[in-house]
Amino acid sequence: PPAHSHSDWIGPPDKHSNLRPVIFYAPPDESALERRLREARQEAQASNQRFWARHNRAFRQEKEEFIYSRLKAKGLEVRDESGQKATLNAEEMADFYKDFLSKNLQKHLQYNRDWYKHNFRITFLMGQVALVRALRWLRRRKKNVEQ
Amino acid sequence: MSAARRCRPPRALAGLFVWRLRNTGVRQIPYRFVHLYHIANDRLITFQYFNFLKRMYVTQYNKDLSQRAKPKSNSIVSPFHELQQPDQEKKVVHKISPVSPVHQSWSETSSRNELREMKSAAETEDSVIPVGAESKDRQWKEMKLRLDDLPGILARLSKIKLTALVVSTASAGFAMAPVPFELTCFLLASLGTGLASCAANSINQFFEVPFDSNMNRTKNRPLVRGQISPLLAVCFAASCGVPGIALLTLGVNPLTGALGAFNIFLYTCCYTPLKRMSIANTWVGAVVGAIPPIMGWTAATGSLDAGALLLGGILYSWQFPHFNALSWGLREDYSRGGYCMMSVTHPGLCRRVALRHCLALIGLSTVAPVLDITTWTFPIISLPINLYISYLGFRFYRDADRSSSRKLFFCSLWHLPMLLLVMFTCKKSVLEKEDKGDVPGRSHERAMEIRLP
Repeated sequence: PPAHSHSDWIGPPDKHSNLRPVIFYAPPDESALERRLREARQEAQASNQRFWARHNRAFRQEKEEFIYSRLKAKGLEVRDESGQKATLNAEEMADFYKDFLSKNLQKHLQYNRDWYKHNFRITFLMGQVALVRALRWLRRRKKNVEQ
Repeated sequence: MSAARRCRPPRALAGLFVWRLRNTGVRQIPYRFVHLYHIANDRLITFQYFNFLKRMYVTQYNKDLSQRAKPKSNSIVSPFHELQQPDQEKKVVHKISPVSPVHQSWSETSSRNELREMKSAAETEDSVIPVGAESKDRQWKEMKLRLDDLPGILARLSKIKLTALVVSTASAGFAMAPVPFELTCFLLASLGTGLASCAANSINQFFEVPFDSNMNRTKNRPLVRGQISPLLAVCFAASCGVPGIALLTLGVNPLTGALGAFNIFLYTCCYTPLKRMSIANTWVGAVVGAIPPIMGWTAATGSLDAGALLLGGILYSWQFPHFNALSWGLREDYSRGGYCMMSVTHPGLCRRVALRHCLALIGLSTVAPVLDITTWTFPIISLPINLYISYLGFRFYRDADRSSSRKLFFCSLWHLPMLLLVMFTCKKSVLEKEDKGDVPGRSHERAMEIRLP
């Protein structure tokens, strides 16, 4: 994002977490409330990024391992004659999906709680900031009208 | 371990949405031509807010279904694309697995390069994404709200297509009520339902941002893309929901308003969190989908009759073959995203429930004339389509593969509009009821008429 910009910029989805990173703009006259909001958003973003990057990586890795072990059990090579990777069909993968979901359920429940907390806090702070800005703008207008 | 019970994404909504879109086309072209349902690639719904959100279905919500109806669209198609090219998908997975060193995701150009890599991998994996859209997607965008973009953004936020579908189910409920048709009441009820639906969908999207970004179907939603701030989404939801419910309570009747508020609550506070906790979400979602026609009926008659419950029951039963068939192809995304869905955790149950409810539809259609909602021609005319969907449900139950799940899903899309249409044409007219002296349930009719305003 350009250096002179006065707004936040959002980027393309991250390769590992699929989340879109945001670069937050900190104005020089940032109030304490606005700083709290920006920090809350940064913290939530970092936490989300950590969780999903790790989770997705684990998924891909475990999926590879599962495919490999299944192919081994069937006596097939990982790559066939043409050099292409051998794959399992959807029904065989279903066991893996079920297993992966149940293994990670607790992790997800914890993450859900954290995410909802972050989300509500950020939105509430946004509301406060918006209110303060609106009042400031009204006060400035009143002053202009009086002058 | 088996704590994961069924989760039901707002597929119903999506389905409804698709259904709606199909509805307009179904009269012209045979349902087989799915490309007919050329819906804009917006996310429908994921079934999320089936009730209110017919719009999307798919939900999401759902919000998504619209995508499903359009096999060519990339987002919806991705589950089915997977069906067709499982080999390709696996190969793609292999390409992605070499893990690059961890880096700050926002370290500009390097990440952009990797994203380009991912993009090419993603292209094969996700199939059709219009090239133009994709390249735009890979750039950094300023998070500034532009007023001319706002209508489009809000439409996507509220899953407008799914909402339209939901409103049409509610209108079906209104139309089937055995009272003379009142236009103002009808319009107020439709508007109120639509607003409530928009509110519920927006809140749903507000809650699900990180999950939506990880699933192919939903990754282009406004909140995921940062086109709108969460605060604005909540304000929009409030500004739709409050007037919507107020309109229903004051302009129609309190019962409809209460049902509307309850449905919003059920969808946002029960279904959405439950999706990630247990498979019971599917049943809750089915109720969410069943309520709009009940709302339409109560808007017309002011009371909860057996007819309303029957109509709700038909929609409730319809949800299962629709959603279960849809979720069969999305198992990978659900598993990775942490959604508890029957298709992932209890596949046998998933298929059994779908079949069970297909058969229940036949039963419910037969009950309709008994309750004097329709004439006896209704179960007879609807028998072929009900038998057909039950047959596909049975095939799905037996074969449990992608092709049977796809067939069942697409069948459900045209089955519902057709069923409702047939029901409407077989509706027992109010005047007819006054004349018939020896129709079974006459006292029931009389009781209903006494209640009429």
